[in-house]
Amino acid sequence: MIIGLDVGGTYTDVVLLGDEGIVRAIKVLTDANALFKTVLSGLDAITEGIPPENIRRIVLSTTLTTNAIAQAKISKVGMIVSSGPGIDPELYRTHPHYVAVCGSIDHRGREIEPVDTCEIDEFARNFASEGIRHVGVVGKFSTRNPQHELLIHDRIQPYFDKVFMGHQISGNLNFPRRIATTYLNAAVYPVHKQFFEAVQQSLEKKGLTIPIHIMKADGGTMNFAASMNYPAQTILSGPAASIMGSLAFAFDDEESLVMDIGGTTTDMAILVNYVPVLNPLGICIGPYKTLIRSLESHSIPIGGDSRITILNRSIQIGPERLGPAMAYGGAAPTPTDALCVMGKIKTGDREKSLQGFQPIAHDLGCSVEAAAARVFDHTCRAILKEAQVLIDRINQKPVYTIHELHEGYQVAPRKILILGGPAPYFAQHFEEISSFRVGVVPRWDVANAIGAALARTTCEVSLFADTHQGIAMAPEEGFAAAVTQDFSSADAITTAGDLLKQKAARQGASPEEMEMEVVENQQFNMVKGFYTAGKNIRVKMQIKPGLIDEYDTIAGILSTE
Amino acid sequence: MLKARYRTGLVFFPAFDWAISPTHPEREERLLYTQDQVFEEGVLDIEGIREFKPELVTVQDIQRVHFCVPDVAGVTTESHFISAGGAKTIGRAVLDKKVDRGFALVRPPGHHAMRVVHGARGFCNVNIEAIMIEYLRKAYPLQRVAIVDTDCHHGDGTQDIYWHDPDTLFISLHQDGRTLYPGTGFPNEMGGPTAIGTTINYPLPPETSSEGFLYAIEHVVLPILDDFKPDIIINSAGQDNHFSDPITNMNFCAQGYAALTELLSPDIAVLEGGYSIEGALPYVNLGIILAMAGIDYSKIKEPKYDPERLRQKPEISRWIQRTGDQILSNWRQRDKIRSQVQDNQKFAERTRSIYYDTDNITEKQAETISVCSDCAGVLQIDSSTDSGRRILAVHIPIRACSHCKELGYQWFDAAGKKKYDAIYLQDRPEDAFTKMAGG
Repeated sequence: MIIGLDVGGTYTDVVLLGDEGIVRAIKVLTDANALFKTVLSGLDAITEGIPPENIRRIVLSTTLTTNAIAQAKISKVGMIVSSGPGIDPELYRTHPHYVAVCGSIDHRGREIEPVDTCEIDEFARNFASEGIRHVGVVGKFSTRNPQHELLIHDRIQPYFDKVFMGHQISGNLNFPRRIATTYLNAAVYPVHKQFFEAVQQSLEKKGLTIPIHIMKADGGTMNFAASMNYPAQTILSGPAASIMGSLAFAFDDEESLVMDIGGTTTDMAILVNYVPVLNPLGICIGPYKTLIRSLESHSIPIGGDSRITILNRSIQIGPERLGPAMAYGGAAPTPTDALCVMGKIKTGDREKSLQGFQPIAHDLGCSVEAAAARVFDHTCRAILKEAQVLIDRINQKPVYTIHELHEGYQVAPRKILILGGPAPYFAQHFEEISSFRVGVVPRWDVANAIGAALARTTCEVSLFADTHQGIAMAPEEGFAAAVTQDFSSADAITTAGDLLKQKAARQGASPEEMEMEVVENQQFNMVKGFYTAGKNIRVKMQIKPGLIDEYDTIAGILSTE
Repeated sequence: MLKARYRTGLVFFPAFDWAISPTHPEREERLLYTQDQVFEEGVLDIEGIREFKPELVTVQDIQRVHFCVPDVAGVTTESHFISAGGAKTIGRAVLDKKVDRGFALVRPPGHHAMRVVHGARGFCNVNIEAIMIEYLRKAYPLQRVAIVDTDCHHGDGTQDIYWHDPDTLFISLHQDGRTLYPGTGFPNEMGGPTAIGTTINYPLPPETSSEGFLYAIEHVVLPILDDFKPDIIINSAGQDNHFSDPITNMNFCAQGYAALTELLSPDIAVLEGGYSIEGALPYVNLGIILAMAGIDYSKIKEPKYDPERLRQKPEISRWIQRTGDQILSNWRQRDKIRSQVQDNQKFAERTRSIYYDTDNITEKQAETISVCSDCAGVLQIDSSTDSGRRILAVHIPIRACSHCKELGYQWFDAAGKKKYDAIYLQDRPEDAFTKMAGG
């Protein structure tokens, strides 16, 4: 059996999946100040009476690192940044303990200026004397040649508990994002480590010695060991868990829009052929733009509990949530109240909702029932309009070849999958006001935990070869090999594929779930004078986000429930 | 938090799947390292910098500027539609006020493409700046345009297209034509009889350094721009004045390019040439982008930069000053020169030979323009090539007077069909293009 657990803002959802579908699903209140207790009580409840040997997989999605960053409860980190010419690295300062040092690598990975080891030693001693235990080292173009980062790492390692290096975080080019991402990894590392070690110990006490998998923002998972090197990848895993949960119920291989309509926000993403569309660069959290792989999602401040205000006879939904709907004891009227007034939701206190809608009806100059219908209609239209923003954003992504511009794939989903409390009511109205076919995800209430439980291990490998310099490299994987002039992009794909398989296995994937894909494949002739001196090859491969094999059975059972 | 002082739009279209030939300087790899540098610097994440996806220009957009022989499809590839489209996208973003300024980093380039196009010259088939400008003139209330061409080669194509247009100021700074392709661009090339003075050529001696370029901009180009008062300034931003460029002989550098851009403050920059693809382009392009956005560029330095070696010799400085003085004097006397050249004649004629180096075609042109006092004057070009093709092209300028319009139609209708393979009419007031088969 598989356990999936997703810590949300209000509730933590836990499911236990077995051959017969959902064996057990529970909700416990989230205590943001005691997440460990929350997770443990969830795990205690879900495993009660289940023999530990029956459980073969546990996947956790938590808000631990997200909260730590949002509340600035992150540890003191030292950053050593080597830039070389370009934009002043001072402009990318993340925090006070940030130093820009000598050393420069160019776009082809050639050393332009060496590292000054005396300078490094001095900064390292200073950081250590200020009690810093974790350091990030980032060089410009370190993804083309990691030598400087490695050299600095080896020199300063004795002073610190752990040193993170930029080239191991992502193969993508973006120095400022590499700085921010490396910083976040170092900064959340202690809290992440402490938390998951404690979880693992508790599970061991219960007799559960299976490896823990941890949810990432790209809709995939990684194992406990891998997460120690990339703890920041767990940031914003919650929305990804919900989207992955909906995947089990996707209509078919056609494109669909997934909407998770929550209390405060609605999160949206797009599925193409059962695979969520990924953000090309990485997530943004607070002031940090990162290289953390994530789903291309769109989060808007419109939800079932958004406050409704009327300004000059026009309806405004959100952006704030003052509490639950009035029907459930809240202070301000909300779209959920509109549904209560309309008689669609029958569980709440309709009188309270009616009371809340009186001033709205007055301002709009219509009956309370009409006002509720108009507010609900307005909410649905506002959400659909934002869905178009997401679709446009994906389609407007620049491309750099004539082929791509002409053959440019444009997403145009005709279907919506909805999750969330009021999903069925929204589904009906969306179909009335748009041409979308709309489906409601069954067991939407725990789809996030199901998504976590069934998500596959994902990872990515970037490899480049420069046959003029006679080298193929995948710095993230610590891979470098000499190549001859006849090394081709097909060879690059073979090499990258092998590296990807090894990486996925290290991060906890089983061989059958390694669905590999080439996401980038470019080859350029490098010309010196008037003859071809070599080839510049860039290949990127990934394990697609998706669900592990068991999902077929489980989804089948869930859909018919 | 890094923020652009001027909201700046970028179109980045490196055309990674297009080359003139595998080892030609204008090949797939040309902007590869520039893209690496721009991506690695995180330029597109800077608040206020926005990347736009290029659109494609239409055949009509191209025909607004060019007479393509036999037709547009015959002399272009898809890459030209996208490259010109990238410039058009940036032009629209600026005039729609989505951004304050914009830079189209596109290839292939365009500034050697003239009004009549039989093939490719100097790696150019169609003139991407002119296609953008004429589209903008049609779509927006835009009249006075200044183009400052800072490519190392004389912008002879742009000069040809605006030779008779008094509303377009074309200034080209380039390596002296006696030492470099295309061999033209001397101060006495000042425009046609109805537009004398609005074509300005500033040849610079080989080994001109930053000092010389910045002198030319500050002391000559900027005062002329102040006088002309353009609605918009466009920079044809070629990057082959760089000291490491393999096909030119200048001593310019990334800091110099950025400083030039800052001084000139163009509304729109369009990439032209530049073939030092590893040692110059990544740094020069970064410098231009940062300067346009109003961001500190002082830490950009190309690997082989040595200010001592690039110091400008005093005799070069003196030469640049003398040329500048002559250009300013011509500019101040442009009205007088114009009336001397016009000399009360009704029509002016010129004949010339144009060589298409990339496609190895020689063209002969006989041009006739009506020297009109009310408009730029209707123009006809009788063009024949050594491959035996002959066409007649009639251009009615956008703000043509009724007399010139009428004359243009008469020329078109009266053209002897037997003499020509085709007769073309570019009717700019009606935004129409007509081709009549001859033979």
